[in-house]
Amino acid sequence: MNYEPVIGLEVHAQMLTASKIFCGCATRFGDAPNDNTCPVCMGFPGVLPVLNKRVVEFAIRLGLATHCEISRRSRFARKNYFYPDLPKGYQISQYELPVCEHGYLEIGAGEGKKKIRLTRIHMEEDAGKNIHEARGDYSLVDLNRTGVPLLEIVSEPDIRSSAEAGNYLRNLRAIVQYLEVCDGNMEEGSFRCDANVSVRPVGAQELGTKVEIKNLNSFKAVEKAIDSEIERQIHTLSEGGKLVQETRLWDAEREVTRSMRSKEFAHDYRYFPDPDLLPLVVDDKWIAEIESSLPELPAAREQRFVNQYGLPRYDAEVLTGRRDVADYFETAVKLHGNPKAISNWVMGDLFRVIKERKLDEALRIREWPVPAEHLAAMIKMIDEGKISGKIAKSVFSEMLASGAAPETIVREKGLEQVSDTASIEAAVDQVIAGNPKVVADYRGGNEKSFGFFVGQVMKATQGKASPQIVNEILRRKLAAQ
Amino acid sequence: MSLHELTIHELAARLKQREISSVDVTQSIFARIEATEERIGSYITLCQESALAEARRADERLKAGGRSSPLLGIPIALKDIFITKGIRTTCSSKILDNFVPPYDGMAVAKLKNAGAVIVGKTNMDEFAMGSSTENSAFSVTRNPWNVERVPGGSSGGSAAAVAADQCIAALGTDTGGSIRQPAACCGIVGLKPTYGRVSRFGVIAFASSLDQVGPMAKDTADCALLLEAVAGHDPADSTSVPAPVAAYATNLDGKMTGVKLGLPKEYFISGMQPEVEQAVKAAVRQMEQNGAEIIDVSLPHTEYAVAVYYIIATAEASSNLARYDGMKYGYRARGKDLAETYFRTRQEGFGPEVKRRIMLGTYALSAGYYDAYYVKAQKVRALIKKDFDEAFKKCDLIVTPTSPTTAFKIGEKTADPLQMYLSDIFTISVNLAGLPGLSLPCGFDNEGMPIGMQIIGKHFDEARMLKIAHAYESATEWHKTKPKLS
Repeated sequence: MNYEPVIGLEVHAQMLTASKIFCGCATRFGDAPNDNTCPVCMGFPGVLPVLNKRVVEFAIRLGLATHCEISRRSRFARKNYFYPDLPKGYQISQYELPVCEHGYLEIGAGEGKKKIRLTRIHMEEDAGKNIHEARGDYSLVDLNRTGVPLLEIVSEPDIRSSAEAGNYLRNLRAIVQYLEVCDGNMEEGSFRCDANVSVRPVGAQELGTKVEIKNLNSFKAVEKAIDSEIERQIHTLSEGGKLVQETRLWDAEREVTRSMRSKEFAHDYRYFPDPDLLPLVVDDKWIAEIESSLPELPAAREQRFVNQYGLPRYDAEVLTGRRDVADYFETAVKLHGNPKAISNWVMGDLFRVIKERKLDEALRIREWPVPAEHLAAMIKMIDEGKISGKIAKSVFSEMLASGAAPETIVREKGLEQVSDTASIEAAVDQVIAGNPKVVADYRGGNEKSFGFFVGQVMKATQGKASPQIVNEILRRKLAAQ
Repeated sequence: MSLHELTIHELAARLKQREISSVDVTQSIFARIEATEERIGSYITLCQESALAEARRADERLKAGGRSSPLLGIPIALKDIFITKGIRTTCSSKILDNFVPPYDGMAVAKLKNAGAVIVGKTNMDEFAMGSSTENSAFSVTRNPWNVERVPGGSSGGSAAAVAADQCIAALGTDTGGSIRQPAACCGIVGLKPTYGRVSRFGVIAFASSLDQVGPMAKDTADCALLLEAVAGHDPADSTSVPAPVAAYATNLDGKMTGVKLGLPKEYFISGMQPEVEQAVKAAVRQMEQNGAEIIDVSLPHTEYAVAVYYIIATAEASSNLARYDGMKYGYRARGKDLAETYFRTRQEGFGPEVKRRIMLGTYALSAGYYDAYYVKAQKVRALIKKDFDEAFKKCDLIVTPTSPTTAFKIGEKTADPLQMYLSDIFTISVNLAGLPGLSLPCGFDNEGMPIGMQIIGKHFDEARMLKIAHAYESATEWHKTKPKLS
């Protein structure tokens, strides 16, 4: 029997607000344990939550960007469970009335595009962190993360493969990054994903038994875990076994999922509306304000890059994957209208440096290794025949090293392309005179040795001669008997 | 008359004139506590040293002159549910036995800013769950009118302290009657403001949608002054309301003419103590003679109030009390692992009534029961609120007994929680509807125990409620009668 996987993803995105969701403490990471805490986020007796308005704004931003309906009235609810990193004994989340519902995300699927529906997006507070000491019979609790705002983005079970899941996650991450709502760092846990996976016979309507997979710390982990889980489920079913509804953890080392808890041990979270917070009411005016402040989103920008700049789809997709890169590209194109050449330099030499210097770990690159103005000016010099492509490589290296403008580098280092025929002719004559054997060989029919002459002439002119003119003169002079 | 017997308004005038000092008043209070506390047991924690320091600072401010709050230099007691920076705050629970808060709540901060002197923290039912103060983990508080009897609860310590002149006035909290019922039991005036009138920030939560802070005092004028001092919007409490706070005390002109008082038939039921019914009806007649118009009203969903309350309040409490887990502060029992540490901490740290309510509330919120209990209770709560809206179309205030009986004997109802719950049968609906309610003395029963009359107002209409209560009080002597604690 053939089986079809049915996958839904739950993403937790940590928001980039300066302060926590229900108190004024900083959301900053890396501080000493429990430095960024106060009686409110530590769950002291008598404290009350006060909602951070920016959190709502961020949620609405993402909701609008993913075609959601924005609830004019939503509610916070308490999710009750005991754990040392949860100081109140409940997490303030949203349950019955989330802030955003019924959206979708468009992803690439095979050749075409596919809509993945979003069930909901809601706001909630993060928990703290338990630190288990290797020795001793105790654990420590760090509450710095307690109360850091999260967005939970829940998809419908519309995903049919690990590749689609990967595309969905990458698209969603690009969107939260474009909106500057979340830095999208999966490894550091600011963009976390749980996957719900089931399989069913192809053509069946009803859903199979669902398994939730946790501990997915990278795109690769998500894709591998889904594949492994699909395989396990199909294997179990084809052996005549039964699946149980459970939560499984991905073991990245052994590349298998293993059972964490089954449905019988699932928590009863006893959700109910939080009586400390009023229903959240947002008006049309505010939503309109937020909508008007949204940046152009990746999908729209990609399409525009294809239409407006005539870029290949692949270039457009890569360039619009990051908002800062796309901005960089457009700045350069405005200064020099050769989009494809700029795209090549950005995706080639510039990306290599960015990766080397790990600049892409920041949500937004603020200091570019080469400013867009310099890159555009350099490409302009190539296009105007002032420097050769080869010389450009060394100009680029020099720009990286010194930060100087390409015009300055070319001028100071005397790298300007030599186009005056007289001096090139002299160099050609010299090369022809100095290599009679190769000349005879060439004239005898060995076309291959032409490259040798070009190399010699370029050497004699320190690479500055215009290759086009060198070719022309060489052909003429070698042809002459 | 000794200084400790006076009221805020009487003392404020004399302090201002500098006939007396705050240190005099504070010393008088502590002398009174010294003389009576063994018999009454109002307090869990006394703050004599810091109180005298505060009194000296108040005297300096009084000496400097200028505008000041009428509370400047006045000794006030706080129910031990109020978070007080540096002062042990237990909520009468073993689980918070050793808890010293790092911050002040909003009401306390306002009192401190006004220059009030904090006498100490008063006994209460554990986590405000009870109607007799017998559920305290620490001690029994006795009714100053008869030490064999309870002072009511849960703010029983505050009520007894006011009645026994162990403070000039006190703050309590009221979730289902916890200010009004002990006020009635102890023959004082207690006011539960409209939900949202006073900040709940820094008040240990029992049931968040019902809890409200309020004054407990020797007369209505003092209630008005204390309410003015603590009321108002607080950005730290999202449920507090930015409604203007009236000058309640200056509004007390003794006039009753033209006010429409509603009398709900559901509040005069068989089974209540006959003297209570008689006293309240007599008070109503007197108010009618003084110019009030009496109108019969109906609150048809009253009979469901206790059931609704014990679902909503316990559901919220089950969640509010989850933070007492032995991890961060308070009592911790060590178990062999995390689960056992939780179990033992809460088993040993909470008393039986608190555990009973946590279990009830947990059950009401459980999967499969939530709709049948919690959701249904919220629907009925809306109906109860609607009853009041309808009644208030016909009248300005509603008058009822505060409690069906006067203070009962210590130990009389501890074995039967349901009987205990019925002490609040007339006060609970007011919390469910979020309305302001006040209890003031209106007589004594055959054994000399005080009887309380409840006046219920419209939302944020505390001014009118206080004005009419004051007008009745001015025409009577009940509030001036003191318990004979030699």
